[in-house]
Order: sequence, then structure tokens, then C-alpha cells
Amino acid sequence: MTGKIDKNQIDYFKLRAGLGRMSRREFMGRMGALGVSAAMAGTFYAEAVRAAGPVKGGILKVGLQGGESTNSMDPALAASQVPYFNLNAAAETLVEVTPTGELEMRVAEAVESSADAKTWMFKIRKGITFHNGKDLTPADVLATLERHSDENAKSGALGIMKGIESMKVDGDYVAVTLATANADLPYLMADYHLMIQPNGGKDAPADATFSGAYVLKSDEPGVRHVFERNPNYWDSANRGHVDQIEVLVINDPTARMAALQSGQVNLVNRVEPRTASLLARAPGVTVANAGGRGHYVFIMHCNTAPFDNNDLRLALKYAIDRQEMVDKILAGYGTIGNDIPINGAYPLFDDSIPQRAYDPDKAAFHYKKSGHDGTPIVLRTSDVAFPGAVDASQLFQQSASKAGIPLEIKREPGDGYWSEVWNKQPFSASYWGGRPVQDQMYSTAYYSGADWNDTRFFNDTFDSLLLAARAELDTAKRKGMYAEMARILHDEGGLICPMFNDFIDAHGPNVQGFVADPGGEMMSGIAGLKVWLTA
Amino acid sequence: MHPILKLVAQRVALGILLLWAASVLIFVGTQILPGDVAQSILGQAATPQSLANLRAELGLNDPPVTRYFAWLGGVLTGDLGTSLTNGRDIATAMGGRLWNTLFLAFWTALIAVPLAILLGLVAVRYQGRWPDKLISGTTLATVSVPEFLLGYIAVFFLAVQYRVFPSISTVYDSMSLGEKLNAIALPILVLTLTVLGHMMRMTRAAILNVMQSAYIETAELKGLGGFAVIARHAFPNAIAPVINVVMLNLAYLVVGVVVVEVVFVYPGMGQYLVDHVAKRDVPVVQACGLVFAAVYIGMNLLADVLSILANPRLRHPK
Repeated sequence: MTGKIDKNQIDYFKLRAGLGRMSRREFMGRMGALGVSAAMAGTFYAEAVRAAGPVKGGILKVGLQGGESTNSMDPALAASQVPYFNLNAAAETLVEVTPTGELEMRVAEAVESSADAKTWMFKIRKGITFHNGKDLTPADVLATLERHSDENAKSGALGIMKGIESMKVDGDYVAVTLATANADLPYLMADYHLMIQPNGGKDAPADATFSGAYVLKSDEPGVRHVFERNPNYWDSANRGHVDQIEVLVINDPTARMAALQSGQVNLVNRVEPRTASLLARAPGVTVANAGGRGHYVFIMHCNTAPFDNNDLRLALKYAIDRQEMVDKILAGYGTIGNDIPINGAYPLFDDSIPQRAYDPDKAAFHYKKSGHDGTPIVLRTSDVAFPGAVDASQLFQQSASKAGIPLEIKREPGDGYWSEVWNKQPFSASYWGGRPVQDQMYSTAYYSGADWNDTRFFNDTFDSLLLAARAELDTAKRKGMYAEMARILHDEGGLICPMFNDFIDAHGPNVQGFVADPGGEMMSGIAGLKVWLTA
Repeated sequence: MHPILKLVAQRVALGILLLWAASVLIFVGTQILPGDVAQSILGQAATPQSLANLRAELGLNDPPVTRYFAWLGGVLTGDLGTSLTNGRDIATAMGGRLWNTLFLAFWTALIAVPLAILLGLVAVRYQGRWPDKLISGTTLATVSVPEFLLGYIAVFFLAVQYRVFPSISTVYDSMSLGEKLNAIALPILVLTLTVLGHMMRMTRAAILNVMQSAYIETAELKGLGGFAVIARHAFPNAIAPVINVVMLNLAYLVVGVVVVEVVFVYPGMGQYLVDHVAKRDVPVVQACGLVFAAVYIGMNLLADVLSILANPRLRHPK
């Protein structure tokens, strides 16, 4: 033994591994023989295969939570995680949002807007064919947008489409004219419901004919979905590395983690925060988490007593211990909130807004100033509000009682929580999945006229800023407007946002190219197209 | 008419009547479920307009009696309707799931029933001695542990630690029989352990009951060995209660295994029913309820008929 590790030999083996001539097992063995520690060898191997770039081939097995036997391949109806993953594997939208918040052109090749941000022109890429062999035309794109604008299609993207006044095909372009200007329109077109279908899916919405990298081969909702690589895919250099994707619906968390550990699947979603650190210790398993836009909230109706008093709202905002919630409810897999629904995962976020911290003295001060009579304030909560919502409510109760604010927890049944409690009762626990851009998040839930204004927040300055920012194409000015809105909401809103939850996925030893994305779990749904397998 | 045929015909007629009563109960039950189908399908994104459209489309505005007879008429002609949530034909979708459930139940029964009876016989043979105590103790323990815990223990040792069997039991058409059996090995194991205790103890008790009879003493006096007496003379006379408990457990294997299906991700009827209950997909829930009722009633009918046939006094009336 020389005691010195031979660098040339390591480089040689790294090269061979990178070229795919050596399996991981073999590589680890050789490294061991050269005296390299297992952890180091693992890093070397990952480096080598990443440097070599994607390799084609193999069967990717994915175990996902969020599939039901009620699922369909109609993009309009998709609402849970398995349809989300499946649609992203088989279909494409006009544009996508990258992990850093930029637009990536997909079916659209370019986007142009008029100076007033009212008319948007999407240039449709040529040479894309559907799985049935037909060319994708601007007329198909137009028909898709039309279908999702129709109330009867029950589309999850209906809210997005409502702002559109008219649409037409103009040569290679699809032109969209809005009722009011919206600088974010291209981002909205990245919504996963808006998958382009032949004739917009008006003829057969659920027949799974799309233009994406994979073709649906076997479809058993709630059980298993198999996709094969589309040989005619236009962007096969960058996407669609594995030959086949097999999606297994594994709704039970324990079964899902066991399937990953026993090597039956390569990739799983929704690792529970409580067990994530244990799972990460299992051999060969990598836990990948990304801070996303989803957040857990306690919402107060600003127009209902006692929450119509801003001092009481401030008292409750100071009475919550955000860090404790992140530590105990999310087991550290998350970030603290700041009573606004926006965080660094959004484009144009202003990080100079002061962070509100747990402060029993200030809470007591505002509580006293509000003149509240001291009767317990009823907080409604349920297991379905968000994972750990009942525990979080109890933590809130304890931290508030230290400030002398009595909270009474009323636990509601999960069945009917969204129709009877949320958006109906004045103080309740809830969650938001987040939206791709600030405008959409604010318009969905904080604009005076929004259906889901679940904090009953009516503020004219806020509303006019929202409309002005939407039409503003100058990003610096827009950022300033959003910052001002965030400060208004932070100080006066009915939202208590203790935490933003991470997306936690995990994958086995052979999966390469997985990059956690703040836009959504499973790399914003496109993990199946982006990862590749090594031996 | 032979009295047995008459008896069987009576039982079948009663079974059909019972099934009809069950269909009424199922229909009424699904009508009084809280919540609204349209609201559940559209979820958070529902607007009043889209709710009204969907209700009209689903025929939810018709009176319940009209809907019941329309449904019953469909069922009698083999048309179970289409699922509200994904528009698939229920008979086709449920057929696959029912087949899977029966597949798992069949293989479990094939192992569990002979094993339970054999263990019961052995326990009687060595009554009060260590084999009896060991068998009784073990089966009592496995029947007392919740199925999901047994499932997780099996997964931990046999799938994750030693990788003998797969932890998930998803089966699909293109698998060979061998692959399918390998996939469902763990659920078979867990279900066998769950139903074994009940059947084994019933066998043991029923045989011990007849062991006190005079003819057993006669058989022993004529010099037959311990096991031969039990197997040839005691067991045939104790078979009626054993058949009943076996049928009860077989029915359980079809209608009561949803927890095991969830733990092992097995695509059976239970999971299918739970998914559709959550979405208020009433036609599917009704169809599943009816199938479950039919299985239960059918199994009990079979148990009755077999017990009658096993009884010589009924088989050879004077």
C-alpha cells in the first residue's frame, strides 16, 4: 500500500463510468480497491455520469401519491399529482417556467406582446406532430384555448381563461387579446391544464393524443400508467431519455417509501417531512427538496368581528411562532412565512420586507389596544387543512396563550371542510398551492372581487396597485408595486402565513439529472422527461 | 320434488329477495350521504353556474324513486352505468378489479383453508399438549395484530431488508401467472395469518364437541389410532360449523380486505370503492355495494346448502 490514492486511475474509471461502460456497483468496487471512501466514491460517480450527460434507455419506475381510479387523461379535469405527472410526460403547453422563473418556449417558439400588454402573439413551432401523426397547427392551439374557456369543459384553467376577450389564428401565430392588460399572460399559459390537443380535445378530450415526449401505452387509473418514448418527438435531444416510464400509484406513504428502498421504483413524490431524514440515511436513496410557493395559512376575515380590528389581527400575527412551526410541523423541510403569500420562489420578489417574528409583548400590546373582551377566539382546523394542521393549531394556541390571547380550537371533520368551513368561517386553517407569478396569486385570493378572497381583504390601494402592476411591462416598476402591495398585506391583511412547505421527492441510486424545482413536485412535473438512468 | 332441491330453491329465492332489499338499502344509503356529487367532482374550483350545469347533466334533479328504478332496470339488464368522475363504463372497470380481488381471495383460500383445518386437526390430536398450545397461541396472536401492522412487518423484513418478495403488489394483464403470484405473495401471507386463527379455532372446537360422542369411544375401542379417529369419524360430523366459518372468512377475503389492498397497493375492489366514495361517484358506489352484497349473500347461501348436504339426516329423509 502506498497510502496515496492514484488520481490517474480514478480519472480513468470516472471516464469509463461516464461513458456508461461501468456500472455503479463496479465503479464503487474499484474505488474501494483504490482506497477511496464510499461517500467520496459516490460523489465521484455522480460527477462522472453528470458530466457525461444524459444517456438514453431503460425503464423509469415512478411511485406516486395522488392517483385515484377516478382519474382521466382529460387535461381540463386534472387535479391531483398522478394526472399532473402523466400529462407532463405525454403532453406539452405553449411555454414552461424554468426553476429560475424564466419562460422556456415549448409549443410556442416565440412570444410577442403589444405595447399595452393587451394583445399577445404566440408563434407556433413548426414540425411538431401529435401522437396520431397529424401536424400540430395554430388552429389546434386556438381550439385548446377555446375549450378551456368553456364553462362546460369544467377546466381547472377556467379562471385563467376568463381574462381573455378574443382569440384568433393569424398565420403562424395565435393572437390572444385580453380585456385588461396583463404582463404575465405567457406565464399563465404554462398552466398544466392547457396541454395542446388535436382540435383542442373538443372531439375526444380524454383519448391521450398529445404532442409530448411519451405516448400512453397502458392506462389503468388508480393503478398503473405506462408510457413509451415518442420516436417523433421534436426535442428528443433534450427530453425523453428513458425508453419507458411506468407510473405506479402508491398512495400509502409507507408503501411508497418501502418500494423505493427495496428498489421497486426509482422515483417517489411526497416524502413525509417527519420521515425524510430517516429515508435519506437509507443506502442509495437521495432526498431532493425544493422550497416552493405552497404555503400553510391561518386566515381571518377582515370584515368580521373581532377580526375587523387591525390591532387584533396584528396581535395574532405576533402571537405565532413561525420557526417553531417549521421545525415541528415541517421537520425543517420548509421556510418561515411573513404573512404574505409570496416568497423568494416568485419572480420579482422584494426580500427587503422586514421579517415578522414571534413577540409575545407586541402581541399583548396590540391585543390590549384592540379592546377585545377576552373571550376565547375560535380557530377552526382539520386534518385536511394541511398536513399537521391540528398540531400547528395547538402550537399556535400555546404561543398565543403566552401573550395572554385565548384561542379555542374547534376541530372540524375533513369531509366538507372545503365547502363548509374554509372561505365561510371567519378564522380557520388552510393551505395554498401557490401560483407561478405574484399577479396570479394576488388576483386569486387577495383582490377585492376575487371569488376566493378567503381573508375578505378589501383594500382600494392594493387593488389599484394590482391592476397597475399587471399592465406594467417595466419590470423594475412592477417590482416596486409588488413590494408596496406586499407591505400593505403584511401590515393590514387577514393572512397569517407561518410557513412555506418544501416539495420533498426522493430517488434511487441510478437516477441522474434530478433537480428539485420550486415550481412543483417532480421537477415541476417533468421529471419523467428530464432524468436518465445509469446502470 | 326431492326435499333437498326444494330446500335449496327456497334458499335461493330468499337470497334473491335479500339482494333486492340490499339494493334498496344501498340506494337509500347513497342518497343520504352528506355532500353533493357535483360539488365533490368540481372541488374547490366550482362556480354556481358550473355546478348547476353538472347537476343537470348527471340527472341529479330527477326524483329519487325514478332514479332508483332506472338504476335497477339497468342492473337487471347488466348495465351498471358509467362512472360520473371519469366517464368509464363501470362494468368493465369494476370487472378487472373484481377479478383481482377474487384472484387474491382464491390463492389465499387455497392456502389458508386446508392449513387451518389441518392445524385444527393437529390441535385436537394433541389437545392440551404443546403442539395445541403453540398452534392456538400463534394463530391467536396473528389474528389479534391489526392487518396493516402485519403487512408493514412483512414488508420491512421480506421486501426491504431481505428483498425476498416485492413490497408492492400491483398486478396487470401482461404479467405471467408466476409473476403475479410472486407479486401477491406478501398479501397472501398477511391475509392467511389474519383468517387462519378464526377457522382453525372453529375447526378445533367443532371436532372437540363430537369427540365426546359414544361412537368416537367405539372407534377408539375397536383399535383405531388417534389421528384416524379424528379424520375419519369426528371431522365429517363436525363439518357443518366448519363450512360456515370458512364461508364467512372467504366472504371477508372478498369484501373486507381494503386495508391490505392499501398497504400492498393491490388494485382490488376495496381501493376502487374507497376512491369513488371519496368523490361521491354514486353509480360506482352502488355497483360495488351490490357486488359485495351479492358475494356475502352468495357465500352464506353456499354455506347453508353445503351444511345441509353434509348432514345425512337431511340428505336421506325417511
